[in-house]
Amino acid sequence: MRRSPFARFWPNAVALVLFVFFVFPVYWMVTTAFKPDLDIISTTPVFLPIHGTFSHFDKAVHAAGFWTLVRNSFTVTVCSVLLSLLVAMAAAFAVARMRFRGRKAFILIVMMAQMAPWEVMTISVYMIVRDQDMLNSLLPLTLFYMMMVLPFTIWTLRGFIAAVPKELEEAALMDGCTRLQAFVRVVLPLLAPGLMSTSLFGFITAWNEFPLVLILNKESGQTLPLWLTQFQTNFGDDWGATMAASSIFTVPVVVVFLVLQRRAVGGLTAGAVKG
Amino acid sequence: MAAQYRGTSSRAPDEAAVTPGPAGTPPGSGAPTPGGANPARGGVLAGRAAPYVLILPALVATALLLGYPLVRNVIISFQTLNAFQLIQHTTQWAGFSNYKEQLTSADFWHTTERSIFFTLANVALIMLGGTLVGLLLNRLGKRMRLTLSLGLILAWAMPYVAGTTVYQWLFDTRYGVVNWTLYKLGWHSMHGYNWFGSQLSTFAVITLMVVWGSIPFVALNLYAGLTTISTEIFEAARMDGASAWRTFSSVLFPMLRPFFLSTTFLEIIWVFKAFTQVYALNAGGPEGLTETLPVYAFVEGVGNQHYGSGAAISVLTILILMALMSYYFRIILKQEDDL
Repeated sequence: MRRSPFARFWPNAVALVLFVFFVFPVYWMVTTAFKPDLDIISTTPVFLPIHGTFSHFDKAVHAAGFWTLVRNSFTVTVCSVLLSLLVAMAAAFAVARMRFRGRKAFILIVMMAQMAPWEVMTISVYMIVRDQDMLNSLLPLTLFYMMMVLPFTIWTLRGFIAAVPKELEEAALMDGCTRLQAFVRVVLPLLAPGLMSTSLFGFITAWNEFPLVLILNKESGQTLPLWLTQFQTNFGDDWGATMAASSIFTVPVVVVFLVLQRRAVGGLTAGAVKG
Repeated sequence: MAAQYRGTSSRAPDEAAVTPGPAGTPPGSGAPTPGGANPARGGVLAGRAAPYVLILPALVATALLLGYPLVRNVIISFQTLNAFQLIQHTTQWAGFSNYKEQLTSADFWHTTERSIFFTLANVALIMLGGTLVGLLLNRLGKRMRLTLSLGLILAWAMPYVAGTTVYQWLFDTRYGVVNWTLYKLGWHSMHGYNWFGSQLSTFAVITLMVVWGSIPFVALNLYAGLTTISTEIFEAARMDGASAWRTFSSVLFPMLRPFFLSTTFLEIIWVFKAFTQVYALNAGGPEGLTETLPVYAFVEGVGNQHYGSGAAISVLTILILMALMSYYFRIILKQEDDL
């Protein structure tokens, strides 16, 4: 194919500009976190952090209750994801493998649930949790986060289960396995990659959730997103510490994304994970 | 929804089926439960009930954790529920007065208008930008494509709350790098400019942040979709002398129609519901001028402790969202019929 040098050059140039556009905020966050205060509030921004310091991270990590918040965030996230996997696996198996009355209705419910407007339901969720005297507890958060990721989990696992050849299962049944045994021994091992990527998306959703924890856990049982917004208020203009705190909060998500890079693309469209 | 994507979404399950290979085949020997109850007879009853038992936990969870809050939301919207009633635990019915109050309030209609305009502007920018970036990815060489993808993934992976702190820092009045850059570019009035002081500039920052964070999703997905289309089709189009625009509009767009449709609607939902970005950036300020409907419901309900009117706003928000999505729901329903 013949292309003029210009035609070969401009896409790369545009790509480079776009790369800078997308990366710069992330770069600026991380580098600010490492800069000494003098470099942060200098009249000319310091683009290359030559004099690095860990003092901001030190401050963030030693902020009151930081480790409790980390523990809360991880507890809520991991529990909700595991719970939703368990519930979703059963439902996904039924939908993928069995024909029954009401199947289509159930699929529709799952699809609708995926679009649930959690952001505007804060008031009723608050009332329900308050009536149970469970404000500031991690349990309601876990349950609601479980519900937030459940539809997507069912939807994705359904696809993965449907992709496992039915013959494998039938062979196991012929060999005398019960249906449960056939599932655990044959289908489950094959589902491992599906479970992985599904749970990673669930992780991101639960890890980032903000509106519900904002209203439910004002006094205790807070999680990192809430802490981060308050951290910023409490630490005022201390941008170094704020950026360090933001970086710490972001790291697990970036790790998750890098782990599932390829799956993140394409498969994700299947569900409304983002919101 | 997954089914629409042809190549893109089916790829992962295929991998899942292939990777474990022969190791995944049943053990064959040593099946531990032969005999016992007649599996055929017991199987009929169990078989008929089995799917319902399996979907039961999911149904219960959905009913309790999603259905009940929704119903409760509607119920609260018909109550006068302010700080007083909340503390006294009294129920005071209000009929339609919360709705009447909202529907006749200028604030509500301004917020609705703002919310819809905000959604349309953002989604248009996201879809346009995402499509262009996706097409560019398809055109780049391998190394440059990887570089740009990495940038996209980093922006995508940034949690909303972290993203807002970063944008606050970028647009900081005194030490923000944006003001400095604009000043250096000769825009001297931008020295010490307060971005969060006016409605338009706050929206500009929110929009930039939302578009920045959302383009990667569209672009990478579009690219994934493009890789499933064989290059011969483009060759053929070029041989026929089609321009780039013509190739896109007559060849690509029709093929990727399901992708554009569902992505656009997903973005509409996400942007319309955007709460974290708007609230965490400036809490809907200055003076509530950047409140979108979800933020408005939150501020009115929780902030001002008018839980009843807050709930009414959220019910109205859900209705507006449903109206925006009705077209999409109809398509989904039709698809499920073909299932």
